[in-house]
Amino acid sequence: MGGVVVRQYDIPANDFTVAGEASSNVRKILSQLGVSPDIVKRTSIAMYEAEINAVIHGNGGQALVEIDTDKIYIRISDQGPGIADLELAMQEGYSTAPDSIREMGFGAGMGLSNIKKHADQLKIDTEIDKGTTVNITVFFKPQTGV
Amino acid sequence: MNKDYFHSVTLNTNMCKGCTNCIKYCPTEAIRVRNRKAVIIKERCIDCGVCIRICPYHAKKAVTDSLDTIKNYKYKIALPAPALYGQYGPEFSRERIVLALKQLGFDYVFEVARAAEIVTNLSDKYMKNKDIKKPVISSACPAVVRFIQIRFPNLIENLLKIESPMEIAAALSRQEVHEKFGIPYEDMGVFFISPCAAKVTSVKAPYESQKSNVDAVIAIKDIYLILREIMKKEDKITSAPFSLSSAIGVSWAGTGGESSAINEGRRIAVHGIDNVSDILEQAVQGGLDDIDFIEALACPEGCLGGPLTVENPFIAKENLKNEIEQIAVNAAHSNSVDKADNIDEYVWKSTVEYSPILKLDDDMEKALEKMRKIDEITNGLYDLDCGACGAPSCRALAEDIVRGIAKETDCIFKLKERLNIIANQLHQIE
Repeated sequence: MGGVVVRQYDIPANDFTVAGEASSNVRKILSQLGVSPDIVKRTSIAMYEAEINAVIHGNGGQALVEIDTDKIYIRISDQGPGIADLELAMQEGYSTAPDSIREMGFGAGMGLSNIKKHADQLKIDTEIDKGTTVNITVFFKPQTGV
Repeated sequence: MNKDYFHSVTLNTNMCKGCTNCIKYCPTEAIRVRNRKAVIIKERCIDCGVCIRICPYHAKKAVTDSLDTIKNYKYKIALPAPALYGQYGPEFSRERIVLALKQLGFDYVFEVARAAEIVTNLSDKYMKNKDIKKPVISSACPAVVRFIQIRFPNLIENLLKIESPMEIAAALSRQEVHEKFGIPYEDMGVFFISPCAAKVTSVKAPYESQKSNVDAVIAIKDIYLILREIMKKEDKITSAPFSLSSAIGVSWAGTGGESSAINEGRRIAVHGIDNVSDILEQAVQGGLDDIDFIEALACPEGCLGGPLTVENPFIAKENLKNEIEQIAVNAAHSNSVDKADNIDEYVWKSTVEYSPILKLDDDMEKALEKMRKIDEITNGLYDLDCGACGAPSCRALAEDIVRGIAKETDCIFKLKERLNIIANQLHQIE
């Protein structure tokens, strides 16, 4: 593992009171490590969206965070229903969130596209009835050829 | 003294018992107890005054200037913060308070409320600019601005970049006195009558080392009684021979005053540093995109709850409400408001900068190593956050150990572990 800092968080299902705690915590760690504010913000937004997705759609799940000298890797996994049409789900404005969630200001269908916008690398593994794993990587320095 | 780290909030070591009340409440974890006395880590302190309010032994205080300071100037100008009006009950009207200030030795009184109206006016214009970053966060509370500099660098661009009412009042009062009476600028002394410790710091060590137009800051609590005595001696006054600000400016002393005066959009008023911390946390996650303006004040009930006030903030709020009801809201604004057309004059000349004082190391590799060490030490501690070691939490102690300013046996449970081992060893020798 070398110099990697690792964090694990549980993401509870349908509990908006603690949603976002993990990403907020990661934001603090990155600031302490001296990562530039812009990168911290991008990471924190991408992670927050993934966290909220797991809360809304995935019946909760787990977050794994690994911070290295040059990048942060975040894996948010849930054992929820999976995503039927990933390409469609990536489109801005597409959402399967029920009205009750939308009324709370979530579920605008910007989640996955927002993660994509803020992450340097995004890989989503999903299987119907098994769950979804969102892999996010953000580099601390601009990457050549990425 | 290092000007960069001047602070109004200081500790009276004689009165400090070394208890752990203040370390627990400090929003930037800026206090430690060392050798049974509190120590303020200067670069972390934002002068919010929470520790002054919380200390049961009154060992924390705000350094301000004494009333005697005014004697050093030929022409003395008082700038009363609107919070001053909330300190006195309905029998003491604003007119009486302002006149009493004159009897106290000031030659001229310029209400900060007047300047607050100018800021209101400018904020309205500022908010119409399509290029600004929303939600706009008020910069009226200096503790909040410093809090953002330390903890929320991403929100610096959201700050309302307009001078504070205090600074505008100082500049305008000088100009007004010069124009009206021909007093030379060098003869003037400008004194802010303050509910706020952070404002003292703003005057003595302004953001990014700019120069303040205020010469000295006098605490409301230091003149509260004298002013009251003066007012009691005088007959009631029904009308004042000078222009007073309208209700909008006066309402700035409490919460919701600044934000309600802005005409458009969704505005929220947040007060109390913990609440401010929560809302900024939400803003930085991008969760407040539908909010246009955040009025954020560090003290409970805003400036009325400032550490240099006397009256209970909730009573002060009622007093202020009463004062505002006396003013017809539609009454003509004072002339000063008309001067506010030129917004550029009052826009910040430079912005505040991120102060990354929580950073563990300049070198990323070393920082990571330190973070791992902190994790390791924290895991070995007891998660009690009891504060007996002098740090606000177990994790803060672990950070201090890694930063080299504490040791593991500062934790009394760790010390006990160590003593048990030694006791066992002694036992074996026998």
